[in-house]
This record gives sequence, structure tokens and C-alpha cells, in this order.
Amino acid sequence: MDWQFVFSQALTQAIGPTMLVYALGAIGLNLQFGYTGLLNFGQAAFAAMGAYGLALAVVSFGLPFWWGIAIGLVAAVVMALLLGIPTLRLRADYLAIVTIAAAEIVRRLARATVWSDTTGGSDGMRGFSEPFFAMNPWPEEGNWSFLFISMEHGRLTVDLGIVDFQYSNRDLWIMTVGWGLIAVILVVMGLLVHSPWGRVLKGIREDEEAVRSLGKNVFAYKMQALVFGGIIGAIAGFVFALSRANVQPDTFTTDFTFYFYVVLILGGAARLFGPVLGAALFWFLYNLIAQGLNQAIRSDVIPPSVLDATQVGPLVFFLLGLGMVLLLIFRPQGLIGNRKELMLDVR
Amino acid sequence: MSADQQTGISAARAALAGMAAEPGVAKPDPILTATGVRRAFGGLVAVDVEHLEVQRGSITALIGPNGAGKTTYFNLLTGFDRPSSGEWNFNGRKANRMRSYQVAQAGMVRTFQLTKALTRMSVMDNMLIGASSQLGERMWAGLFPPLWKRQEAANREKALVLLERFKLIDKREHYAGELSGGQRKLLEMARALMLDPKMVMLDEPMAGVNPALKQSLLEHIKGLREEGMTVLFVEHDMDMVHEIADWVAVMAAGQLITEGTPDQISADPRVIDAYLGAHHDAAQR
Repeated sequence: MDWQFVFSQALTQAIGPTMLVYALGAIGLNLQFGYTGLLNFGQAAFAAMGAYGLALAVVSFGLPFWWGIAIGLVAAVVMALLLGIPTLRLRADYLAIVTIAAAEIVRRLARATVWSDTTGGSDGMRGFSEPFFAMNPWPEEGNWSFLFISMEHGRLTVDLGIVDFQYSNRDLWIMTVGWGLIAVILVVMGLLVHSPWGRVLKGIREDEEAVRSLGKNVFAYKMQALVFGGIIGAIAGFVFALSRANVQPDTFTTDFTFYFYVVLILGGAARLFGPVLGAALFWFLYNLIAQGLNQAIRSDVIPPSVLDATQVGPLVFFLLGLGMVLLLIFRPQGLIGNRKELMLDVR
Repeated sequence: MSADQQTGISAARAALAGMAAEPGVAKPDPILTATGVRRAFGGLVAVDVEHLEVQRGSITALIGPNGAGKTTYFNLLTGFDRPSSGEWNFNGRKANRMRSYQVAQAGMVRTFQLTKALTRMSVMDNMLIGASSQLGERMWAGLFPPLWKRQEAANREKALVLLERFKLIDKREHYAGELSGGQRKLLEMARALMLDPKMVMLDEPMAGVNPALKQSLLEHIKGLREEGMTVLFVEHDMDMVHEIADWVAVMAAGQLITEGTPDQISADPRVIDAYLGAHHDAAQR
């Protein structure tokens, strides 16, 4: 059994394009849920706004790439306003109900046959990512090497001896942009949550009536958090759509939102770097278990009578679910959360 | 007590002395004037107060048996509930259309019966969030610390003075959730003062506070009046009312049944009836 391959794969994925999508989506949720206490169960729909905004603009309406980005962002803002105006004055649970329903509505609308000529129905759309990859500074036919880093035919290998990381030049471009976005967003978030504005958000999370009694327009703050978190969700949608070079309605199910929550809780809510660490760990573990089981089956460590290759997928999710339960019992604060702070609620 | 403070007390008492002990009586210098405030939940009328004026610079107690509508009336005046009808003026401004946060910005700040400390924030952050018109609380300005650093430092100074006065200075870096029930009451009061209120509304400030702390809480409430603030508080405990209130308004079954000085109220048979239930018996007859 090739442990080196298993770990290399898992580590490659742990900082790769898909992990970036989870990290970005969870960063948006962190502002909404972690800092402000807003239960947004429709982050998948915000990602869909970004992904479909871009795809529809470029493919169906023939607009330039940057227009697609702008439309995706505007769509996320409009959606946040539509969901927030009726619900943010009500109790926290109403936002949860409305967002989870809205996310399903968005997905159903995207796969509806009525306008499948435009949206592609359940097949989705492709052909919008070319302008993005045309900007790729990583050459398709690069060949060079420097110490333990080498590039052959546009494929980058970082060989650390025990493990190696491998990325195609398309992955590299997604990662350059994705990590760049994460860096910028985290700097902005860091400034915001440590400002008096962020203090008001945390106050709202603790007790919005109290904050109201101190003369703060709670509704406006909640709306700002919902909109900004939604924008970050749309950015996650861009990265998601571009990394796959297609959009498909059924990738934006509620599961997608729940992975964001898993990532956030795993990393530690209301911690700036929580979502990034959580996404890396989540995607590392997922790939480690999946690749490990596949390898074990292939090299007959696990006999086919116990487990065959088609059962690996469900089993991975079973194990991750179990891990999540254990995490909540033994380390509810996540990787870098503050346990003391979390325990204060229990009186 | 200094001479100043003595005159403060006598000023409030003197202004109210010799007023008729009847519901809705006009005060010489009211900071709050409410007329026809009514709140119905379906068919149940929780509050129906004809007229109430609160004298500026006084400590006024709002008392009454359980279910009299005191807290509902409180919630209405502070914008935390909407009335079915009625209007009121606070400090010369029409206040019945204001939202709760606008009421607070106008200078009427309330506390809650069940203390609302922001538990997973430090005591200091609890105080700082109270400060009004902070530039850094605007989202765009939050991104540029140099814009609000000086204001923040000034607020911090102010918070330290208040924490010192309320004996919470040693706890300033603790989570508010680590404080005892009584300390949370103190924190809530100190936090309200960060807004420089003109009027402080205390909803059962003594509920669940141990006797030792009660005395210091009483002194703090008197201190508010000595600084020129008006205090309106809801309370059950007649002894406490007697000790600090300049004026007492009594509610029963949603209505204001009488007003007067503490001495007048203790002697009023209607009040005793309201507390002991004769009032309800009479109504049924």
C-alpha cells in the first residue's frame, strides 16, 4: 500500500482549488454566523448567485468576463437584501428558515426546464471560464526546476521527499487567485472585526435587545453582515465555477452549505483563521480517508467481501460525520476556538 | 454627603412636595409626558394609562402587583414594544414613533429585568459598545483605525472612570459571563451611563440581588439623580421604594391608580387594596 501517494494526494488537496471554495464560503459564514450570530443556511445559494451570475452573463448574454463578475456580486447583494429585509427584524430562526428555503428555490429555478435553453437546466453551463484561463500567467508548456520545485509541461511538482505536491497550471492559476482573495478578505475582515463595528456585531450575537437598548440600529448592522458575508459567498461561487469550468445546479444543494458549516465549526467560529484551517483539515481528512480506503482495497489490505470501491464514498461521509460528532463532544471550540468563551453560555 | 448632593435631593423633593396625590397629576418640569398609552394583546388590555408625567431630576418608582402592566408600559415608553394607541414626549421631542435605538440615542436608556450582559465579551468591551456616536461603528470607517483610535481612547478613559465607580475595575478584562448576578446589574448600569443619558429606566434593578449589594446599588441609583439624571424604575419592594423614591406611581390591572410621595402612597388604601387583591374583588362585584 502506497502511503506516500495517499498523503501526497491528501496534502495536495488540502491547499488546492476545492479547499479554497470551502474556505471562502466559510469565511463569509464566519462573519454572519461566527461574529453576528446570523443563521444563514443558504450560503450555497449565495455561491450559486456568483457562479450563475458569471456563467449566465458570459455564456447566455455574451457579456465580457468582468461584467459577469460584477453581475454575480450584485446578484448576491440583491439576494441578501431580499432575504434580510423581511426576516432580520424577526427572531434568529426566521432567517434560518427563509435562507434554507430560498437556497432550494434558487437551485430548482436553475434546473427548471422552462428556460433550460438559457440556463442549461440540470446540465448546467460551460464555456465561461476561457477568458479567466486566458489570463493565466503560469505557462502551459513551462519546463524548469529550482531545488526541489520543478515544472514539466505546465505541471508543478514540489517534492519534499516524504511527500510531494502536484498541480496543473490551471490549478495553479486558480490557487494564485484564490489564495490572493483569501488574503485580501482576511485582512479586511481582520480590520472590521477588531473595529468598533465588529464589536457591535459581537454584541448582537450575544444579545441584540441589549445592543438596541444602547442606541445601535441592530437591523442595519445585521444587514451589513448578511450582505458582506453573501458577497464572500458569491466569491466562493466564482472560484468554484472557474475551478470546475462549469456550473451545475445540483452542486448547490443544502449539503454544500452544511460543508461550509462543518468547515467553520471544525476550524473554530469567530476566529479569523478558523475557516481556512478548518477547510484545509476537512479536505485533507476527506481525501486521506478516501484515498487510503481506495488504496487499501486496490492492494487487497481490505478484502472485497468487506468493502468494495463503490462503497468508499458513503463510508467516507459516515466517518467524517462520526468525527464531527466526536469533535463537538470533545473539542466543541474547533481547532483554534476559545473553549472558555464557548463554555460561558452553559450556566 | 456634600451640600450639593443635599440640594439635589431637596430640589427634587421640594418640587414635588404639595402636589395632589392623584393619577396623572401635572408636574412643574416634566421630562416625560405620556398620554393615552394603551396596549392590547388581542382582547386583553395590558396597559391603559391615561396620563403620566415624570419630573425632571427626580427618582420616580413605578410599582404595582404582578401583572399590573409595569414592564409592558416600560417597554412601550422605551420603544421595545409598539402601543395600540397613545403618544408621549421625551425631553421636548415626540417619542412614540421612535424605534428602541432612537429612544436610546435621544437620551432615554433602559436596563432589563433579566440582566443582559454581553457574556462572551470582556467587561471593557461591554462598556465601550455603550458609547454613543462612534465613528468606528460605521462599516467603512472600521477599515481605517486612525480615524477612530482617538475617540476609542477617550471612550476607554470614560469607561475606566465608570468601572472604578462601580467597583468593576479589577474585572475589566474578564468576560462579562464570569461576573456574578449582582456584578452584572452593576455592569448594566455602568454601561447605560456610557451613553450620557438624560433619563435612566431601570426594570426591577433589585431583582435577584443579595442584600449586601442592594445597599450599594441604592447608592448608585441616588448617585444618578445627584448627577442630574432622571430615574424611573419598576420595583416590587416597598422598603426600597420608600428609601430612594421622590415620587411613586402605582399601576394595577394595566391602569395608573394613584401617584404620590412615598409617604402618601404607603398610607393610601387603594394601593393596599391593589396589592392584597381587594381591588379585583371590587371589580368583580
